[in-house]
Amino acid sequence: MAQIHLKTLTKSYGDTQVLHHVAGDIEDGEFVVIVGPSGCGKSTLLRMIAGLETVTSGEVWIGDRSVNDLEPANRDIAMVFQNYALYPHMTVAQNMAYGLKIRKLPKAEINRRVREAAEILEITDYLDRKPRQLSGGQRQRVAMGRAIVRDPQVFLFDEPLSNLDAKLRVQMRLEIRKLQQRLGVTSIYVTHDQVEAMTLGDRLMVLNGGYVEQFGTPVELYQRPASIFVAGFIGSPAMNFLPAQADGTGLTLANGAVVGFSGGQAGAVILGVRPETLVPDVDGPLRVAVDLTEHLGATTLVHGCLEGTQSEIVASLPGMVMVDSGAVLGFSAPVEALHLFDAKTQKRL
Amino acid sequence: MVEQRPFVTVLTHLVLVLGVIAIALPVWITFVAASHDEIRMVQTPLPLWPGTHLWENLTQTLFGTGLSGTQTAPVWLMLTNSLAMAMMIAVGKIAISLLSAFAIVYFKFPFRMACFWLIFITLMLPVEVRILPTFEVVANLGMLNSYWGLSIPLIASATATFMFRQVFLTIPDEMLESARIDGAGPMRFFWDILLPLSRTNIAALFVILFIYGWNQYLWPLLITTDPSMTTIVMSIKQMLEAAEQSPQWNIIMMTALLAMLPPILVVIAMQKLFVQGLTETDK
Repeated sequence: MAQIHLKTLTKSYGDTQVLHHVAGDIEDGEFVVIVGPSGCGKSTLLRMIAGLETVTSGEVWIGDRSVNDLEPANRDIAMVFQNYALYPHMTVAQNMAYGLKIRKLPKAEINRRVREAAEILEITDYLDRKPRQLSGGQRQRVAMGRAIVRDPQVFLFDEPLSNLDAKLRVQMRLEIRKLQQRLGVTSIYVTHDQVEAMTLGDRLMVLNGGYVEQFGTPVELYQRPASIFVAGFIGSPAMNFLPAQADGTGLTLANGAVVGFSGGQAGAVILGVRPETLVPDVDGPLRVAVDLTEHLGATTLVHGCLEGTQSEIVASLPGMVMVDSGAVLGFSAPVEALHLFDAKTQKRL
Repeated sequence: MVEQRPFVTVLTHLVLVLGVIAIALPVWITFVAASHDEIRMVQTPLPLWPGTHLWENLTQTLFGTGLSGTQTAPVWLMLTNSLAMAMMIAVGKIAISLLSAFAIVYFKFPFRMACFWLIFITLMLPVEVRILPTFEVVANLGMLNSYWGLSIPLIASATATFMFRQVFLTIPDEMLESARIDGAGPMRFFWDILLPLSRTNIAALFVILFIYGWNQYLWPLLITTDPSMTTIVMSIKQMLEAAEQSPQWNIIMMTALLAMLPPILVVIAMQKLFVQGLTETDK
């Protein structure tokens, strides 16, 4: 068990900087998810923690030591790869035992640990099979078993579920979470899937273009996104963004409608409002020309544009709501559900 | 093709049968000739059916003095020489190519690509083009008339290095990373992961290289003068030219038969792995 400290980490390949001053502390036993769009540097960050990539500047601390110059094997970590990276010529048991064999653990101890991990993961029946005889989900379990037997201070997961089908992914997601809570091992998990991130993580680190946009609990990220990027990335369907002018007492939208909002800011702002906070209101300031409705059963998504503008708006209404396309609906949203962002810096105001 | 036309069926079978005859007939003649006595083989017409002297010819060829009136080594010794040479060439080529491909694919060192291309360029320099300098080097090292001299100059192999490089490139990087996290050093990774994963390719290459080594003619001819170092492939030609007598076809053909045997055995023994090695892409 250990804390992890990332101290202003940067990473460059030649002249291209892919990570900019990434910093953060991960508590003992915490499950942190690094999330972001592809190419944001999240895998690179994980691989730097694992020791598979060199650190350009800054330091990685695991427990009470800097591990910058340690080989991956000496960092006391275990990693689960996206394609599992099982050794195809070894049986499941041999795959799990390989790292322990190299560490020269006694045979009896290796067997005990392999059996224990196999029982936890319910793969005891497959111990003598080769990876190619297993299904995707079973391989995934073996890959986790390989991590568990090592009894490491840190688990690292690199998009471990992206090769599985949707149903299995949901199931394995729950199992990973349960397993982590049961073992209490500090874990870092990389994914591009925001639902996976929200459900798994104690805390989320949102990366964008090599910068940390926000590092906080799922609820914080949802309720108080620090930037337009985080606001748009977390939550589905995504938050609506409307350009507006603030004058301290209210927000004037592009079509002249005024939304009451008392705040000190003045000037060009972006108003963010989540689809699920919009309430139908005949006199509401947000008048939406409806293009299309989607019925999802429990909710209805109403797609349209702010009347008189091109700004797209989605509203998520509970239950089945019948709306003709071309109709104009009024919406309002409670003041506490409004998010204001600076139009220039894209940061939260 | 799932067409059911009698004409096509007959034609394809005819072509196949002709092909089989073209390949099998010389082998049959060799076998027949090796089973008659010396007298019968100089009479016409030549026999087309096996005679009764097969066993006699076999023992005389293997353990006798070979052709009467010459000073050739017994054929069992030639077989041993050929076997030693072919094995040393095949195993040596595979070992060196594996290691050099390992270095080129998995290590960063200055002039890595230059090294790769240098190795690749040697494809254009087979033994035949560099006979004089190579002979000079081997002679200066005192390796004439030795197994080392027979095999070492033929061991370096660009083809095999290139092939193993391609094999290693298909192995996902995560395999190496996973092994690094498991604490395997470079040689451990090579031994525990790379070698087993290239097992079928090694087998396929072994078959090809063994036959290549076995069939060497020009180089052994140059490098050996001592009859006890003769290889079997060389000796067939020498037997034909044995001085001042008509060729003893029964003995020569028996030798040819014996010379064909080891490559066939190697192919049969490793057939399954050989096919896997050339077709399998799943790593």
